[in-house]
Amino acid sequence: MAKKTISIRIDGELVNAVEGQSILEAARASNKTIPTLCFLEGLSSVGACRLCMVEVSGVDRMLPACTTPVQDGMSVTTTSPKLARYRRITIELLLVERNHVCAVCVSNGHCELQSMATSLGVTNVRFAYNYPKLPVDLSHPRFVLDHNRCILCTRCVRVCAELEGAHVWDLTNRGIHARIISDLNQKWGEAKSCTNCGKCVQACPTGALAEKGKAIEEMVKSTENISTIMRRRGVEA
Amino acid sequence: MKKVKLATVWLDGCSGCHMSLLDMDAAIISVVRKVDIVYGPLVDAQVFPEDVDVTLVEGAVSSQEDISKLQLIRQRTKLLVALGDCAVTSNVPGMRNTIPVNKLLQGIYIEKMQDGRIPGDHLPQLLKHSRPLQDFVKVDLCMPGCPPSSRAISGMLNDLLEGRKPDVNAKVKFG
Repeated sequence: MAKKTISIRIDGELVNAVEGQSILEAARASNKTIPTLCFLEGLSSVGACRLCMVEVSGVDRMLPACTTPVQDGMSVTTTSPKLARYRRITIELLLVERNHVCAVCVSNGHCELQSMATSLGVTNVRFAYNYPKLPVDLSHPRFVLDHNRCILCTRCVRVCAELEGAHVWDLTNRGIHARIISDLNQKWGEAKSCTNCGKCVQACPTGALAEKGKAIEEMVKSTENISTIMRRRGVEA
Repeated sequence: MKKVKLATVWLDGCSGCHMSLLDMDAAIISVVRKVDIVYGPLVDAQVFPEDVDVTLVEGAVSSQEDISKLQLIRQRTKLLVALGDCAVTSNVPGMRNTIPVNKLLQGIYIEKMQDGRIPGDHLPQLLKHSRPLQDFVKVDLCMPGCPPSSRAISGMLNDLLEGRKPDVNAKVKFG
């Protein structure tokens, strides 16, 4: 049975959406931009990064567009001074939490966190930097995991579980202590379930996962293949 | 017309931001027509003068001496610009911040050198952390970049000289 078409308002404009779609999907289908970091088309949505927060009239708190389903008659605001303020704070908090030293990062110039900071007008961070001491896992023969650059978006976790079917990655601990781990908190090179496919590296928005041997600015990634394969799967299923 | 007093300062950085400032080619002529460079690595002055209009500060704050310099600069400057990632975020100098200072000096001057010794008492003491300018003084304008492009710097200077509020964001990124 075809899914029910409903209509919602996005920034005042009446648009058609399909029941079951998220606000983000509906917005993108009508060419409206909502900033995202942890969202990757084709993978499940988790609402981890909080950048896609939108205002829904009648709801007194902001909601993540990627995990909030559309409802008939819903009126969504995607841009406002309040949202801009909170999105900026979100980026700033991501930047202070770990050591994102863009100047010496393999992903400098190709990083979604960096370009999001630029597009949201972040020229400085108003919070105190945390400077945590974090490990870099070099045990894998082809890839590197640098916790200093990780923003815990869990795209690697999801692409490995949902597309590759290996589920090497997961999260351990909570809050500021949360870390990406491979298998049962083994070193990546010792993780038996890893197929060395590198999808996690391509899915990673920052320089946290990278190919070995890349110097500063050399790690260019593409998420296009991941989204294309997942789209095709969606059609076939 | 009275010339604008411009100072440039080099704290804990690599001087790359100053290189980028000089790298603006012919554009520097129109800037220099309107400003007097009253202090900085590019000129001879020994003491930071009073009543400076604009100061561009490159580098992070890494020692007690940097703090004193910066506080004096703030007192004597109308508009203080954090120029480049080190001044804005602490950047590369801040990469030592996860290592205790004594271990850091020990590692560099003793363990990595034959017959090395830790440099003497007459040098400024390192702070526990290298920090951005804004942790110590009010910063009026941040221009990130490692280094910020000369176009961004000249654009910012021209905006300031013509009395506009510089829109730095369109031209800059971290790193």
